[in-house]
Amino acid sequence: MDIFASISRLYHQLASPPYFYRISGLWLPYIMGIFVVLLIYGLYSGLILAPTDYEQGEAYRIIFVHVPAAWMSMFVYMVMAVTGAIALIWRLKLAEIVMISCAPIGASFTFLALVTGSIWGKPMWNTWWVWDARLTSELLLLFLYFGVMALYNAIEDRRTAARAVAILAIVGVVNIPIIHYSVEWWNTLHQGPTVTKFDKPSIHLSMLIPLLVMAVAFKLFFIGSLFMRVRNELLAREQKSKWVTALLESK
Amino acid sequence: MFNAWLQIFQRDLLIAFRRRSEIIHPLIFFVMVISFFPLAIGDDKVLLQKIAPAILWVTALLATMLSLDNLFRSDFEDGSLEQMTLLKTPLSFLVTAKVAAHWFITGLPLILITPLLAVLLYLPSESISMLLLTLLLGTPTLSLIGAVGIALTVGLRQGGVILSLLILPLYIPVLIFATLAMQNVEQGFSAEAQIAMMMAILVLAITLSPFAIAAALKVSLN
Repeated sequence: MDIFASISRLYHQLASPPYFYRISGLWLPYIMGIFVVLLIYGLYSGLILAPTDYEQGEAYRIIFVHVPAAWMSMFVYMVMAVTGAIALIWRLKLAEIVMISCAPIGASFTFLALVTGSIWGKPMWNTWWVWDARLTSELLLLFLYFGVMALYNAIEDRRTAARAVAILAIVGVVNIPIIHYSVEWWNTLHQGPTVTKFDKPSIHLSMLIPLLVMAVAFKLFFIGSLFMRVRNELLAREQKSKWVTALLESK
Repeated sequence: MFNAWLQIFQRDLLIAFRRRSEIIHPLIFFVMVISFFPLAIGDDKVLLQKIAPAILWVTALLATMLSLDNLFRSDFEDGSLEQMTLLKTPLSFLVTAKVAAHWFITGLPLILITPLLAVLLYLPSESISMLLLTLLLGTPTLSLIGAVGIALTVGLRQGGVILSLLILPLYIPVLIFATLAMQNVEQGFSAEAQIAMMMAILVLAITLSPFAIAAALKVSLN
């Protein structure tokens, strides 16, 4: 029971803006530091150490950016929806800010996945774009992110906007599997998943390890940039509160 | 509870019949846009026949979206929506009456006029019945999903563009299954799987979207 009590206490403490601001400021350098180390290691082992693919040659190496970006694009949407649900149920201001800060980051990851996919598609499929199922659902995900950002910017009151966006994000999450499978059914040319088959992954270990390192690096980058955005937004929203003025005076 | 539902339903239908332009304008839009395709492509019978399901469905999607603006607007402005939230009957139940009335006013006439337009696009008569079936299953889903979007944007001044950004991505599954069903029929295959999927999506929309609509309206009324 003690563990639950302390988790619950941490949760409530984290929800308080000054506490979050302080803690995230302490964590941020470590998160970004580990991110840079992992990024350098992941890129080095992915681009230089990993063997050439017998079928795709050197061009496959873009997966070390493409696949983590694609994973993150969906993961960030899930984070957005979960924090949106928290914001709707408990009316936590911090959850609202986290949710809305996710949107531009997620959209950037989605865009990155689309661009790298397109660059990869050129040598593989001999065309920049194909109306393939995964590419299309990624494009639709980008549209969903645009919708979220457009709605947030259209409503003037920040808290009302956040609650509207939370509803939209949850509706989107219910729809994402339907959209995904309908598009999958519609057309598929993309290669099947090679990593998620855990019993016997068809990707070689020397490629899998840099890929997973890059995935962790991307996740850390997401957390780091999310923290920066949230801290920024917290300062802007609470500029008149005591803790912000105290913070400014101490500097 | 059901009495309140029925009264809202009847009231919305009555208002629509008093202001018939609201029923007619989306239809004119529908007819006009569809007639533009032969003008732009040229009188190419084979090509038009091939893309007719796509033209009809995409235009139906846009017409439904444009007609949504009337759904909550006047009730929002004169305050009757606020009154509705104060009723003992849950708002999520009452909004289904408004969506149902909206479908009767906009979805049904659209379905009725479609055979005529299908002929204009040289769609073979066997495909027309499948087209009507997909529209019958698809347009209520479009109304329900669209109602979530319009409930979120009803308080906004420039809601129209935002609305399209919000709901058009969510319309994709309906569009895909409807046009796949039509393609299958044209090639002589069964379209049972697509029809079953469209039914499933409709059932899901009926069960889940009223809660989203009610929650969104409460945010907009804030």
